[in-house]
Amino acid sequence: MSSSAIRESVRGIREEIGHFRRHLDRLFDWWGVEFQDRPTQTVSYPAMNVWQDGESVYVEAELPGIKLEDLEISVTGGTLLTVKGSRAATPPDQAECCGQERAVGSFDRSIELPVSVDASSVEAHLEDGVLSIRLPGSPDSRSTRIAVKAG
Amino acid sequence: MAVSAAAGKKAPNAETAHPAPSAESYTPRVDFYETPDELVLQFDLPGVKADGIDLRMERDTLMLHGRVAPRTQQAESVRTEYGVGDFYRSLSIPVEIDTAGLAAELNLGVLTVHLPKHERAKPHRITVKAG
Repeated sequence: MSSSAIRESVRGIREEIGHFRRHLDRLFDWWGVEFQDRPTQTVSYPAMNVWQDGESVYVEAELPGIKLEDLEISVTGGTLLTVKGSRAATPPDQAECCGQERAVGSFDRSIELPVSVDASSVEAHLEDGVLSIRLPGSPDSRSTRIAVKAG
Repeated sequence: MAVSAAAGKKAPNAETAHPAPSAESYTPRVDFYETPDELVLQFDLPGVKADGIDLRMERDTLMLHGRVAPRTQQAESVRTEYGVGDFYRSLSIPVEIDTAGLAAELNLGVLTVHLPKHERAKPHRITVKAG
């Protein structure tokens, strides 16, 4: 099985879990217990917001409890951004777990960028649990005016 | 023979408060633990700074409001998978708390709250003599 096939099947499983989770959320809403109500259009972790202007692509993700040095950020082929990392639960000494809603474990998410970027000048910073990445467009991805000669 | 009398083994009830927020607001995810001496709550609060946190205990209810500064980029949106707004949550705490010992710290967008148990709520070992 190729790694992309595995990734696809993992994505499928995650989607199934997401449907089940939403179903459970509705069920718990009914009973007045609510585990989370953040709007999630995707169950992939972490959720990402992306913007672009003429110069760069900007990607933001919420990753509380993670240090920048524990993240692996890479760009493949100029347009595929990958963010990898993991988060462990941090129970206090002598604790018994009473309830856990926060995501733990490893994640590996790739998204397609709207334009080709220059992987050598990517800037990332993580502040208060929010990851911000700026990816400058590669020179050839910026729109170039094509001179049309009169025939 | 030893009998241990523990008060409040129950987890806090997950209840969500909606104190009339004007903008979009979100319920932060929480992990909760109980140790012999305290309850420990860990909230994911990405984008919240220490001075943006309002945490209060009223009777048996812990109320949390985390302010999040807007951070929309001045650019064309390509993909929006999550919303940004303040965090609100209130939890009823099923154990009597020593409110003088409340403590909280914020690290990497995670708020850890320590709720020390009141003496009355701690387990006490009772020695039973043979008659």
